Amino acid sequence: MKVKEIAEKLNLTVICGGNGLDNEVNGGYSSDLLSDVMGSAQAGNIWITLQTHKNVMAIASLKDLAAVILVKGFLPDADMEAQSNEENIPVLGTNDETFEVNGKLFNLLNGK
Amino acid sequence: MHFEFNVEGGNFSKAGTASSQLKKILKQLNVDPRIVKRVVVALYEAEVNIVAHAFSGTIYIDIDTEKIEIKLVDEGPGIPDIELAMQQGYSTASPEVREMGFGAGMGLPNMKNNTDRLLVTSEVGKGTTVEMTTYLNS
Repeated sequence: MKVKEIAEKLNLTVICGGNGLDNEVNGGYSSDLLSDVMGSAQAGNIWITLQTHKNVMAIASLKDLAAVILVKGFLPDADMEAQSNEENIPVLGTNDETFEVNGKLFNLLNGK
Repeated sequence: MHFEFNVEGGNFSKAGTASSQLKKILKQLNVDPRIVKRVVVALYEAEVNIVAHAFSGTIYIDIDTEKIEIKLVDEGPGIPDIELAMQQGYSTASPEVREMGFGAGMGLPNMKNNTDRLLVTSEVGKGTTVEMTTYLNS
């Protein structure tokens, strides 16, 4: 499923990185510990987090992640936003908490 | 092929620059994507360790047809007990660094899991040297 479709179905705001909306998503990974994501997220995953600094995009890019979802209304720092646009990795926003986003995304990706 | 990168202690906005460059180089060299993924994870963690703990450092990368050798030499506080530092969950990172989601004590284990050979040597009050080797035909 494409990032665009997930953003539409889960009512997520596209904050930046709009050129990457056609990135293909094969699953999700939820963590606020950067080394955990570095060690365990898979290429093509959407990363759900509340971290808003530039290093999030460095990791998303190095791991070939499809997009990042920021929970609870958090917004990216300016340099995170710039790198998201540069790397074409969308940052999506929601007011939902991590637990809720996880559940919705899991169901959507598993056709429930 | 030889490459060198400087790393600035404390400057998180540049953390990952060398890893990103190496990823591009390895892709251009048509290195197996599975190997690229592992090397990039290991180098990123090592790079972040210099940013989080040291004053400055240099990364030396040598690539030949058999292996990728990475050596990171930093000037910093050093590691008093390397065995303890290698343990998952052990960290001496500052509260500020932890708040960013770093410093969970997963960096060195990630490096170990993603290289074929890891050697950490350190002198307290002087600095740390990390050597990582990845074989291309493993």
